[in-house]
Amino acid sequence: MGLENLQRDGFFTSRLDETIAWARKNSLWPMPMGISCCAIEMMATASPRFDISRFGSEVMRFTPRQCDVIIVAGTVTYKMSKVVRKIYDQMPDPKWVISMGACASSGGMFRSYSVVQGIDQFLPVDVFVAGCPPRPEALLHALIELQKKIQREKSTGMTMRSESLHIPEPTA
Amino acid sequence: MNDRILEKLHALVPENIAGSREFRDELTVTVTVDVLVRVCEFLKTDPELAFDMLIDLTAVDMYRPEARFEVVYLLYSLKNTRYLRLKVTVEEERATVPTVTGVWPAANWHERETFDMFGIRFAGHPDLRRLYMPEEFEHHPLRKDFPLMGIPDSLPLPRR
Amino acid sequence: MSARNSEDSRRSQILAALEDQDTTVVIDDPLENSMILNMGPQHPATHGVLRLLIKLDGETVMAAVPELGYLHRGYEKIAESSTYHEFIPHTDRLDYLSPLSNNVAYVLAVEKLAGIEIPRRAQYIRVLVCEMARVASHLVAIGSMAMDVGALTVLLWTFREREKLLDIYDVLCGARFTTSYTRIGGLQQDWTPQCTAMLRQFLSEFDADVREVEKLLQNNRIFIDRCENVGHISREDAIAWGLTGPLLRAAGVPRDLRRDVPYLVYPELDFKVITFTESDALARFYVRLAEMYESTGILSQALDKLPEGPYNAFETKKVLPAKERTYTRMEELIHDFMLINLGIDPPVGEVYHAVESSKGELGFYLVSDGTGHPWRMKIRSPSTCNLSTLPIMLKGGMISDIVAVIGSMDPVMGEADK
Repeated sequence: MGLENLQRDGFFTSRLDETIAWARKNSLWPMPMGISCCAIEMMATASPRFDISRFGSEVMRFTPRQCDVIIVAGTVTYKMSKVVRKIYDQMPDPKWVISMGACASSGGMFRSYSVVQGIDQFLPVDVFVAGCPPRPEALLHALIELQKKIQREKSTGMTMRSESLHIPEPTA
Repeated sequence: MNDRILEKLHALVPENIAGSREFRDELTVTVTVDVLVRVCEFLKTDPELAFDMLIDLTAVDMYRPEARFEVVYLLYSLKNTRYLRLKVTVEEERATVPTVTGVWPAANWHERETFDMFGIRFAGHPDLRRLYMPEEFEHHPLRKDFPLMGIPDSLPLPRR
Repeated sequence: MSARNSEDSRRSQILAALEDQDTTVVIDDPLENSMILNMGPQHPATHGVLRLLIKLDGETVMAAVPELGYLHRGYEKIAESSTYHEFIPHTDRLDYLSPLSNNVAYVLAVEKLAGIEIPRRAQYIRVLVCEMARVASHLVAIGSMAMDVGALTVLLWTFREREKLLDIYDVLCGARFTTSYTRIGGLQQDWTPQCTAMLRQFLSEFDADVREVEKLLQNNRIFIDRCENVGHISREDAIAWGLTGPLLRAAGVPRDLRRDVPYLVYPELDFKVITFTESDALARFYVRLAEMYESTGILSQALDKLPEGPYNAFETKKVLPAKERTYTRMEELIHDFMLINLGIDPPVGEVYHAVESSKGELGFYLVSDGTGHPWRMKIRSPSTCNLSTLPIMLKGGMISDIVAVIGSMDPVMGEADK
């Protein structure tokens, strides 16, 4: 954005996409889907030492209607998967998903009959965070990566021509 | 103290004690199913033994053709600060054991968990349903013939 | 879920459990019926994924049915396929607020089964580590109970204290949270003078910081009104329903496994067993607060008495050898290989060992068939037994009391659901 001339001219120019993406990425309110041990590290990330609110995640709203990003922290069992999906469906667009920890990303160390081996089987995940549990710094790094991803996205719904181009299937 | 417990139990039900073992200073007594509730009531109300807390109730799948399951009761006496392990064996067909919720209400959830994991029914239990697995689940996970990774499509998953 | 569901032909068994003669009224007027409210698994104040179905008459709770199983990960089945060493990281994730005391509980049970005697230095370090875990867990319990009731500041202050403890874990065990520090026959690595210095500094600052927290809550009219006479359970019910830990001690029963069935070096240390008699949420809060001070006393005593010596037992067929010897000598390499892949071979038998964890009596029941894998492992988790008394504690209270009661009970669902 052309912020350098703001003081001189009194206005700045930018693309609408970039400005909206800038606003979205710097005010990501997380929905903490804290299920097990990773939830404690998520609480530690919100605590004064690691302080997630300096990245824009000021409040952890526990109602999905007011959140942008759902952080699935913990082991998701088959019994719980329906609940996680319901909460995800209740979030308004635009929404993103951070899969925190080994259990949410791939089933983790629990290769058993009741654990879903990765939430990407029923949720579209944007960022995976490795660790068991990931250190709070790792979760902050994941948030920064998500912010970079949001900056690259087309926020106003206008697609480039190449994305809407239809490429026919090759006939053998 | 362990000998005293055995002595009193032998005096109460002389023909129904199927065995006893002392290992690492812990006494395990196996009784038959028909005298279970009577023995439990005696152990709780006897003023010298006074086993007033039921710490744990579980089952072990021995995976043998006769007497497949062993239901294990772990008792604790506040007065003597001692543990006692009580066992009964059940067959695979008609795996039913009388409930001890009348003696110790703590057995309520433990028996539900044992039913959930092994399929052993408890006759007289006020509310015998699954504790951990979903209600519609049809298998009993901790039996030795249930695979660790589960049976495919036995639990529903939401669509992506 | 409203009472209109009673016309639904596919009735859930859970709803059937709520209905009984005392609380079912069949009246046509919908305003006169009772309502069933679902405090679902996703809730800010249920301390994890606990589902509560509450039958309400206005705002009074008539019956409550907890539903567990949303975090059931199949630990006991996993244990039957792992060796005894492989299961140690799994024990971290049981009561994930005090992972070190779960580690200690498990290896104590295995050592009892295998008949291994560990050196005194290892015993003292395990006591230090257990008490640090107790302090960390009680800090979170107090913080989240106060947060649930409305005092949000307390949580941030107790997390600040907890961060200092997690720094000590970082230096001692290599990981700040899920530590897997103990090994069968001893520990993973030794206690260093740096840890002693950090712990002494923590102890010197701890009293003053916790007094600040106490000052916020002690004479706070709102906190006392919300927690007094809430969630009462009688002494006889507490014993009959198998409650253990701070809940039993708040009901007036002075049962503490460190005193009654001692393990490690607790007989040599001096501490009080805190009991209150009111058995409500406020009494449990005070029990936890006083236990934290007792634990800091135990920590200073153990630090003063810490002996020199080896930190692993010398039993080559059961205890993992030191890493430097594994990499340089043949015999230790073979032992390491056999122990990791095939496991220790304890004698055939069964054993139960319990410790006093911050939630109650955490016990492991191990049945061994002589091979490297346990034939059966049962985890006696205190949170499951504590949660079974929720229907008694909640009956007759109001909806807002539910949160205070669950906060005072401090269940950890990783342990309750196994």
